[in-house]
Amino acid sequence: MRFLLVEDNQELAASIVTRMGLDGHVVDHAAALDAAETCLRCTEYDLILLDVMLPDGDGRDFLSRHRSDRTTPVIVLTARSQVSDRVGMLDLGADDYITKPFDFSELEARIRAVLRRRGGAADNRITLGDVTVDLLAGTLRVATRDVTLRNRELRLLEVFIRNPGQILSKAQLLDRLFSFDAEITENAIEVYVARLRRRLDGGSPRIETVRGMGYRMTVQ
Amino acid sequence: MTESVRTRGSISRRLTLQLAAIAALLALLSWGMIRGFSQQAAEQTQDNILAASVTAIAEELRSEAGQIRLEIPYAAFSMLGAINEERVFYRIVSDGETLTGYDDLPVVQDGEISAGVTFETLTYRGDSVRMAMVGRTLFASERAVPVLVAVAQTRNAVDAISARISRAAALVSVAFFVLAAGLSFWAARVSLRPLTAMAQTVARRGPSDLSPFETTAPHEIAPLLAALNRFMDRLSASLSRSEDFIAEAAHRVRTPLATVRTQAEIALHAVTRDENKEIMRRVIRAVDESSRSAGQLLDHAMVSFRTDNLTRNDVDLVDLVTEVVNGLRPTAEMKDIRILTELSPLRVQGDAILLQNALRNVLDNAIKYSPADSRVTITLRQAGAGAEIRICDQGRGVNGADTATLTERFRRGENVGNVVGSGLGLTIAHEVARAHGGRLDLAPARKGTGTCVTLSLPFS
Amino acid sequence: MRHAFASILLSAALIALAGAMAAFEVEEHGRFPGTPADGPELRLIGTAELRVFAPLIEDFQRRHPEITVDYTTASSAEIFRALMEEQARFDLAISSAMDLQLKIANDGFARSYTSRETTRLPSWARWRDQVFAFTSEPAVVVISPERFEGLELPRSRHQLVSLLRDHPERFRGAVGTYDVRESGLGYLFATQEARSSDAFWRLAEVLGRLDVQLYCCSGQMIDDVASGRLAMAYNVLGSYADQYVDPRSELEIVTLEDYRNVMLRTVLIPATAQDPARAGLFVDHLLRSGNAANFEGPRILPPLRDPAMRDTSDFGPIRLGPALLVYLDELNRTAFLDAWSNSVEQP
Ligand SMILES: Nc1ncnc2c1ncn2[C@@H]1O[C@H](COP(=O)(O)OP(=O)(O)OP(=O)(O)O)[C@@H](O)[C@H]1O
Ligand SMILES: [Mg+2]
Repeated sequence: MRFLLVEDNQELAASIVTRMGLDGHVVDHAAALDAAETCLRCTEYDLILLDVMLPDGDGRDFLSRHRSDRTTPVIVLTARSQVSDRVGMLDLGADDYITKPFDFSELEARIRAVLRRRGGAADNRITLGDVTVDLLAGTLRVATRDVTLRNRELRLLEVFIRNPGQILSKAQLLDRLFSFDAEITENAIEVYVARLRRRLDGGSPRIETVRGMGYRMTVQ
Repeated sequence: MTESVRTRGSISRRLTLQLAAIAALLALLSWGMIRGFSQQAAEQTQDNILAASVTAIAEELRSEAGQIRLEIPYAAFSMLGAINEERVFYRIVSDGETLTGYDDLPVVQDGEISAGVTFETLTYRGDSVRMAMVGRTLFASERAVPVLVAVAQTRNAVDAISARISRAAALVSVAFFVLAAGLSFWAARVSLRPLTAMAQTVARRGPSDLSPFETTAPHEIAPLLAALNRFMDRLSASLSRSEDFIAEAAHRVRTPLATVRTQAEIALHAVTRDENKEIMRRVIRAVDESSRSAGQLLDHAMVSFRTDNLTRNDVDLVDLVTEVVNGLRPTAEMKDIRILTELSPLRVQGDAILLQNALRNVLDNAIKYSPADSRVTITLRQAGAGAEIRICDQGRGVNGADTATLTERFRRGENVGNVVGSGLGLTIAHEVARAHGGRLDLAPARKGTGTCVTLSLPFS
Repeated sequence: MRHAFASILLSAALIALAGAMAAFEVEEHGRFPGTPADGPELRLIGTAELRVFAPLIEDFQRRHPEITVDYTTASSAEIFRALMEEQARFDLAISSAMDLQLKIANDGFARSYTSRETTRLPSWARWRDQVFAFTSEPAVVVISPERFEGLELPRSRHQLVSLLRDHPERFRGAVGTYDVRESGLGYLFATQEARSSDAFWRLAEVLGRLDVQLYCCSGQMIDDVASGRLAMAYNVLGSYADQYVDPRSELEIVTLEDYRNVMLRTVLIPATAQDPARAGLFVDHLLRSGNAANFEGPRILPPLRDPAMRDTSDFGPIRLGPALLVYLDELNRTAFLDAWSNSVEQP
């Protein structure tokens, strides 16, 4: 997916771009509001990540201006307390907000929720072999069979399907998938992989176990 | 608020007293003046008559064959009798000898005899008398003989008249005073009415309403109103400045934290050795802990402030619960936790922002302390004279810990494991419930593991 | 009457005794014991003769039987002297000499008294709540019709003067009037008349030429007219005339219409009064008797306001007021008496 990040802190912006790249997203960065306007004029974005404290103006003004002529969903990055009259972002037209610092899993969850509400994104489907997964709806088509996946199964499948043929260790899978406060062990990964295999049963992609290394998705 | 204001005196009372004091002064003054005038008038009348009387007698003085002769004219005394019933004394002294009359009536010596009428007030035969005197010089036995005519009258009537007038004047003055005092009281009340009205306008305001007063005021009060508006302005400016400051500070702190956390996540993906991964996880956890604590502390402070000055608005609880659930649904989804709601349409009087926050904290716990693939149920229903929001999860349970303990500040349960938290969530929820006259209760779920948290709010 | 006369002691001895007690001259003295006889006593002094005044006292005692009343008759001048100079102890002074009564009050020898009765008095009938009038008595001319045979009765002083002037032989030595040097009332009448009527001095002169007979008191004058010694008595107290005139004798009482001299009989409570409270009771009694409408007792003296008299006379009574002091002034008195004597006592 393609996002626009409006954030004046260069370091943070750079790390967000890198981090989201790991999940296969393309992120354009605008350090100020006018730059953001420029980007918005030439490219279609699935979603905007907007920091409200910017050097050339309050993100709120941008938000209300933006809402009057565009429909691109916006998630606000805020440092504010929850208990404040001045949050008001939702009223101004933001689709959601998340407080800094944030967990990327949560951010993704929120992004998906927003996009789902808004009726999808440009490329929310990935196909591998005869399997197509809809990352927003959480549905999987295996040959002619439709399967609904649980969120964690979906996240795991996304990792495999984006990296076909690549060996992924259990630790890597853990890191990529879960919120770090979740008490999940590598054993849990085995449980989820087993479930995924059952879901993919009958399709051409399959998850192989590479002894001592991890797992790998191959297409037959 | 009023109770904490130390009052000293009352404008109304002071105004009334001052006006009444002025009225009293005026009453006293007018009494004195009327008295003085009446006394003077009475005395003047008596003097005029006495003067006429002595003059009439003096006119009759003549010398005949070397002798001073005199026939007191009837009119000289009848005129005295015409206006009052005063006793009359007279004395005619010729050359130091009493010609006729009351020879003990004290009159001035010959040397001081004046041709004009002179008056004197003196005591004679135990009574205060007013005496008129006039001098004449006659030629008898070829020499000038000074003759003095004195007529005196008691002053009982003068005193009686002025006493009567003074009594009447006193009565009038007292009546005037009573009337004026009444009017003063009324005037004070009426002129203070705009102030009272203004005080009521201020009192009716919500605690966070800092908009300027649009009411019109009499121009004496206008400066007060203007000052009040300026004060409100300053207050709201300084409030928003401090809010801005807090926001700015939070921004400054949280942005680098976000950078650290993001880079730690990236590093976590990059490193392969388990011990390195563990380090990165600790870094991330530390960042989460500190940012959670900072956020909850700030929230708690804001909550305390708002509960001290509780705004009570009509709150639709269905909307409120729905909004909170929507806000947390993505978080729940991450763990494949399903949130089920069962909401009856209910409203309470209260502060929506506080209630939202309380509920968010409770729901956050339910999600946080529940395993993946579980269910959280939220029921909103009426219980007695209030609304009850019950949030039940299938999580690890509170392990026998009681509500009172868990709602203590910074108190975290023994069951938390490595779930990030600050121990303030339930404190906030509890304080909010209490501020609304309600309560917060934690109890183990009836079936299986899990916890049920109940937030009860009375309708009014 | 029975009781009154029983108690009247006309003995010379008693008069002498009273005279010994007081330097002033006592004419009569009467004692009206109350029941019981040792009850409180009121001492009255008055100009009215005992027999004229007795009914009033008896009437008073009907209301207040416990009060013993002691009444002394003296001339007004003697009453004045008694009270002013000798401080004689009397509870009431009742006199026909308004001027002297007024002077007593003016000089501070009278007590103030107010009651329902005194406040009801018209203002001209009281002075300073001290001198109260209870009768109004006109001066009249008493004529013996017998000796007036064939003459028209005079209606004014002018007519009287002409009448006397035209018939000197008939009236020589046969006209009586007050000796104003002796009689306080006579002096009062004369001075007031001199002040008010221009006929006075002419009349005096005519009377002088006719060898006028001078009297101290009205009673004697009337007696002499009745007996025929006099043809006419001038300036007699009408009330006395009414009293004295035997209805069978045919005395004529004439009120001159050009100017009527009306005397007010007054009462005052002397400063020396022993029992001012009871004296007040007697004052009220007198005032009630003076009120023609209310009084039910025997009418001996004319009332203060005679409804019958009011419309016939344009002249008010002699005013109670300090003006009365004028003729008491020594210089004035001397001058007046000189003039009067010159007129009346012609050689
Ligand atoms: N639904 C629940 N299931 C089990 N334990 C709970 C639940 N809710 C609260 N607790 C226990 O009560 C304690 C206090 O909760 P509270 O929300 O105040 O703090 P916290 O969740 O630890 O921190 P935070 O302030 O970040 O919410 C928790 O630490 C936990 O032990
Ligand atoms: Mg909590």
